[in-house]
Amino acid sequence: MNPKVTRRRFIKGVVASGAAATTTGMWYAANGQDRPGGAVERLIRINVNGQMRSVDVAPQETLASTLRYKLGLTGTKLGCNRGECGACTVLVDDVATYACSVLTHSMKNARIETVEGLESPNGDLHPVQQAFVEELSPQCGYCTPGQVMAAVALLRENPNPTREEARHAMSGNICRCGSYDSYLDGVMRAVQLG
Amino acid sequence: MAYMHIGKDFVPPDVPGKVTGRIKYAEDYTREGMVYSRLLTSPIPHARVLDIDASEALAMDGVFGILTADDVYPDGEPQSTGLKILTNEPTLVGEPILALAAIDEKTAETAISRINVTFERLPFVLDPLDSLAEGGANAYPGDQNTFVFRQGFATEKWTEDQVASFRAGNEPTAEPQQTWSLGDLEAGFAASEFVYETTFTTAGYPHHSMEPRSAMAYWEDGKLYLHGTSQSLTALADGMAPIIGVPKEDIVFINAATGGGFGQRARANSIPSMAIPAKLSQKINRPVMMRITREEEFTIGGARQGFQGWIKVGFKPDGVMSACDLYIISDNGGKGGGGDASSAADCIDVLYQPDALRFRGTSIGSNTAHRGAQRGPGQNQIAPIIAPILDKAADALGISRLEIRKINAPRNGDVAGPRQTPFTSAYVPESLDMATQQFDWEGRQARRRQRNGSKVIGLGLGQGYHNAGRSGMDGIVTMGTDGRLKIHNGVGNLGTYSYASTSRAAAEVLKMPWENCDILNVRTDNHLPITSPQDGSNSIFTNTRTMFGAATDMLNKMKEIAATDLGGDPADYDVSNERVHQIADESIGYTYAEVAQRAMELGGKFTGEADLPEELAEWTQISVSRLAGSAFMGVYHDPRHEGNPPGFTVTCCEIELDLETGKYEILDMVTIAESGTIVHPQGMENQLVGGAVWGIGLSGYERHLYDPQNGLPASTGYWQSKVPTYLDTPVKIGTGWVDLPDPENPVGARGIGEPSMGAVSAALTAAITDALDGHHFATAPITADMIINHLAGTEENAAPLAQNNFRG
Repeated sequence: MNPKVTRRRFIKGVVASGAAATTTGMWYAANGQDRPGGAVERLIRINVNGQMRSVDVAPQETLASTLRYKLGLTGTKLGCNRGECGACTVLVDDVATYACSVLTHSMKNARIETVEGLESPNGDLHPVQQAFVEELSPQCGYCTPGQVMAAVALLRENPNPTREEARHAMSGNICRCGSYDSYLDGVMRAVQLG
Repeated sequence: MAYMHIGKDFVPPDVPGKVTGRIKYAEDYTREGMVYSRLLTSPIPHARVLDIDASEALAMDGVFGILTADDVYPDGEPQSTGLKILTNEPTLVGEPILALAAIDEKTAETAISRINVTFERLPFVLDPLDSLAEGGANAYPGDQNTFVFRQGFATEKWTEDQVASFRAGNEPTAEPQQTWSLGDLEAGFAASEFVYETTFTTAGYPHHSMEPRSAMAYWEDGKLYLHGTSQSLTALADGMAPIIGVPKEDIVFINAATGGGFGQRARANSIPSMAIPAKLSQKINRPVMMRITREEEFTIGGARQGFQGWIKVGFKPDGVMSACDLYIISDNGGKGGGGDASSAADCIDVLYQPDALRFRGTSIGSNTAHRGAQRGPGQNQIAPIIAPILDKAADALGISRLEIRKINAPRNGDVAGPRQTPFTSAYVPESLDMATQQFDWEGRQARRRQRNGSKVIGLGLGQGYHNAGRSGMDGIVTMGTDGRLKIHNGVGNLGTYSYASTSRAAAEVLKMPWENCDILNVRTDNHLPITSPQDGSNSIFTNTRTMFGAATDMLNKMKEIAATDLGGDPADYDVSNERVHQIADESIGYTYAEVAQRAMELGGKFTGEADLPEELAEWTQISVSRLAGSAFMGVYHDPRHEGNPPGFTVTCCEIELDLETGKYEILDMVTIAESGTIVHPQGMENQLVGGAVWGIGLSGYERHLYDPQNGLPASTGYWQSKVPTYLDTPVKIGTGWVDLPDPENPVGARGIGEPSMGAVSAALTAAITDALDGHHFATAPITADMIINHLAGTEENAAPLAQNNFRG
């Protein structure tokens, strides 16, 4: 069980962390932008928040990039851009999904929902949003849209979770402020708000 | 005291924007003509840049220019600690060397790949003790490894024997860089019945705020508009202006929300990277967006100092801590900075009031992440080290673990620290009672070390402290002829909601319904007063004083106007229901709208055009001068307070530790605040549970990992640095507060953000120690691997006291 500092172990760690490539290429690779002089963008149509949107998309472009930088839906946040933090969580066919870790090209037949799509047409907050306000769930707020979407996904699948079930369902979303307790309070209140 | 607003929950105005995604962080902004900046950072841990050839990159279509250290420091780089904007002398992997602006990020990345930087490799070191040893590499420029205040960089070396002896668990014998002491240490140990001595280590680890430090800047009509990220608002802008080289009146800092601030986002000199888009924008005359990746955030976001220490503590037969001797080598990382070690000693003096205490400390650099303030810097590292020692003393002396803490607890009238500063107030015994009663500490003692198969119960009790308040800042409130109260608040929005809760003090003074108050913050051209940076848990104390003072100034002016116009003396008037009126006959008076109208007609001191406080800061003077004559104004300069306003916490927890896996579940946790009057209960609860998660991370998980061969960081992400998740924390954390007012604050409040972490770390480490029959790891974090190795009787393969490595 002892951790051994071996070359193989280190290389595995460094590759996983992305540290080997200190800068050049990281942003570029993580956002799936095309290679210099490489593949071109293609116009596709995707269903976002109930609307069909036409957008030029590069082959390696992530859904998070498309939402934020092509469609202006900046409620979806990028915390790590590497599938660790959950700040970019959106719903794809009702399933909580890291938007930084799926390619937009794979979304052509999918139904995408972002935090901007939750309010009712008359401006009423979604019960999860309302509950998060009432419980003062957010602190800095940067992870909040992802937490909201993870909670919405949970409650669609299980409208009456226990706190323990909610804790597990939300565990793909990191909150560096440590507001987990307040988010769980919010989820349980959202259950009551229906 | 019955308050209208203080102590009551409310919805801070930015919360709906956070749950809908509408509130904007720096990277969410765009500007017509905006181009994108990418960074070229150091790929090696210690080097000197000999040459930069960017000719091929600059010839590319869509590339607008580069910015180098020579551009930002034409007179040479400052020879001081701390991050620089850009550097030709990198002392850690990832340090920014140059920035390039291009039409898009793809082009910028491609262009950067075509820049040829020639580095001279220099020796690097990852562990301060390796650097201290004769012949060890030195982390800093000029082959030096430490920075001495007011003297500059220097070199500190120990003999090989001195380093080996320390690693072997003995008291360091070398002369420290810094020392202070209180009382007669020798006499203290002589009077001791129980003496405990150990070396210890605590890990450094990154901030990893959720929002990377992206920034966007543009210049318009000679003004700099900087969309950035900070814990502070006016304090940040006030400090950033000279870094960028722009007059204070010509910088507009825009920062509606900040995605996490835990110390190193408070002050301009800890985030000089925001100057990059500002200076690049100035150079190429276009708006520049600099998006920061998680890997870059790891580097420029900074880290907590690691400790390599030795501690000796003595207790008298009655449980009184009679002496504490502390020697700490601080890991100052690649850029120096941080005074954590002395704060750790101060914390012991505050919490346990020893008869005598000596602190000795030496700070040594390593070519790792730069260090600086991180949530309770020093106070919180020492919390998990000292708590099990209290328990050992209690067990040895036959005193309960609660009682030994009460015996040594600070109380009203006590003093602490190198200057023996008195507390403004202190109610720690009351906090201990509240926590242990709410947790049923005594009732649970029967469960202590109870086995259930491979699992065993551990109980822990911990305390936290940080000083929690400053003074000497300014306040501004205004009122238009609509009678609404505008609260100009320079406090940053880092997620504590202190910008809003401090504003409640102004509403309280004027008995103003909250819905008729507008908080002006978000951008500094909202004419905001100077504040202290939002660090050190100070905001609630510091800025309720300024808000209260500014509103009181407006209240007095209201009474003066009413008395002059309507007869009587100002003392004959009071306010209620948005009116200033005679106390004897409430029908005689003005509505707030009317009195604001009269103030506008009278001008002069009533509208900020005369009789201003002489001590107003330059920043506040600029704001007041721009507001003058436009509204009824209350303005205030806060005098200095007396004493140390402390924030205290107490935590109880119960864990179930699996002896087969080394993992544990926190079954229950209660954490109690003692921070004066509670201004915003939900905000207080957030700080307590958030601090608890940080305390769990400190005790059990978070660390730096570096490749010893190449000096590359391997914990640039959340997973490797092991930030706690939902599943590492309790299902529910119990909270509470003593809620007794502090006399040095007009609403009785003190801060809590940092101590909320220390008590939890102390309690959790004490519980782990308890579950393992008192085995004291004297380290933080204690990982599952360490526990398994201990139970298997296996030696760790890391060097004793090692920093920044794969230990655990």
